[in-house]
Amino acid sequence: MHTFEFIRPADAAEAVAAAAQAKTAQQGADVRFVAGGTTLLDLMKLNVETPARLIDINRLPLDKVEATPDGSLKIGATVRNSDLAHHPTVQRDYAVLSQALLAGASAQLRNMATTSGNLLQRTRCMYFRDTAMPCNKREPGTGCPAITGSNRTLAVLGTSEHCIATNPSDMCVAMAALEATIHVQGPKGSRAIPIGDFYLLPGSTPNRETVLEPGDLVTHVTLPALRSGSKQVYLKLRDRASYEFALASAAVVITIAGGNVTHARIALGGVGTKPWRSPEAEAALTGKPANAANFRKAAEAAMRDAKPQSENKFKIELARRCLAHALQLATTS
Amino acid sequence: MRDNPHSGPLNPTRRTFLSTTGSTAAATIIAACVPADANSAAGHSDSTAAGADGPNIEGAVPIVLRINGKDYQLRVDPRTTLLDCLRETVALTGTKKGCDHGQCGACTVHVNGRRVNSCLSLAVMHDGEEITTIEGLGTPDALHPMQAAFVAHDGYQCGYCTSGQIMSAVALLKEPCGPDDAAVKELMSGNICRCGAYAHIVAAIQQVRKNS
Repeated sequence: MHTFEFIRPADAAEAVAAAAQAKTAQQGADVRFVAGGTTLLDLMKLNVETPARLIDINRLPLDKVEATPDGSLKIGATVRNSDLAHHPTVQRDYAVLSQALLAGASAQLRNMATTSGNLLQRTRCMYFRDTAMPCNKREPGTGCPAITGSNRTLAVLGTSEHCIATNPSDMCVAMAALEATIHVQGPKGSRAIPIGDFYLLPGSTPNRETVLEPGDLVTHVTLPALRSGSKQVYLKLRDRASYEFALASAAVVITIAGGNVTHARIALGGVGTKPWRSPEAEAALTGKPANAANFRKAAEAAMRDAKPQSENKFKIELARRCLAHALQLATTS
Repeated sequence: MRDNPHSGPLNPTRRTFLSTTGSTAAATIIAACVPADANSAAGHSDSTAAGADGPNIEGAVPIVLRINGKDYQLRVDPRTTLLDCLRETVALTGTKKGCDHGQCGACTVHVNGRRVNSCLSLAVMHDGEEITTIEGLGTPDALHPMQAAFVAHDGYQCGYCTSGQIMSAVALLKEPCGPDDAAVKELMSGNICRCGAYAHIVAAIQQVRKNS
């Protein structure tokens, strides 16, 4: 691991100022915030991340889950994944988020990993993690060996000729379906970014994964109040029963009246280069009877633009069945 | 090994023998690892002094860890993981290094009462915090109930993952967990046992849960 300067800021403003001098907030950033450390320290040991300065935000007062006057839920940046999953309000009103969090990682990692860290979780693509290999995400312009190489677990949605790396998060898939807003404090002030605008497609710049700029500190996430009677499910399919990243997952938030779907929010995990909201599936369902035939049509709509690689064609049908089954579970629970 | 009453210059353990005979080479390597400007890079201009019994590492940061109920004043390179700090700086070697990437659970310890992977955390991030390791659970004469249950149910073969398994299992007792074996397996999935002692481990945990 490379040497670095370790800083513990007194408040968020000091943290932002210390990070604002960075050249980039994206891959290869020379300044990093650290909270749980479960992604960052892993990548620092691999020399994939080599920050010269590490800013410890664990002792900033960002560890609360609070109801707000407008009925939304405010989740602090350093709330641990385990605390969020077991929070009574989250379990009662945002069950899809609790289920997604508990489907991720291990109990130990969930005790460490935070809301903001999970938002910025990095891909598990083996070429990204291995500095002996070319990788456009890690070193722009070096190529993507995954496209002709080992790509069984990689993405089928949102890929480009430069990168097919999967976003590995479960939490973010649930947050995409819940239409979360990410709140950032930066050198020029604070701003609120809908989660749908937070992540970037790889395109020709896979090293840029989010809209964050140097000094931007994620302070909290808000979840809007949900319509009453909405049903929620997170379903995750993987190579083993526990402690594994998704091959395909689906987050479903759905409201039904008189047998018809009146409102649907759907996101997929394990198949996209970012947490994959599917307006196509939502449109295919809204106003239609909640039955297996329409669930299948929605699943087909969600994967219409999927592009398989040499080893991961199976993910397309797996994701369809995952979504159709999640819809079935949500509407029969 | 300062906490081990059975080891000392006249009664060396395997570990004190190895660390003593290797000390000359180790000191050279440590010096080579620390860059000349590490002092200013770490932001601690007063950090040249060595700890009471640690090597003189430039750029080291002073921290206090409360480990198994006892305060340790330490100076650590900021890169030192909590795992390496426990094993190499404090010489509590019951906590094991397996994958060193948060995938196997051998390094599981409790921080402020919660289980974590000590390999994916920096020691400096835990200044002032309370750490419990396997050495803090019980003694050979008075085992923690979980340690006794692992012995009774033969919850290991080679034993390398065992301290992590036990630290995880003890933490699990205070976490939301359903009554059946499947719930225990799910919450123990972050601890890999290459010998495959899983069935016995689950039996040991279930026995302690029933008795508590």
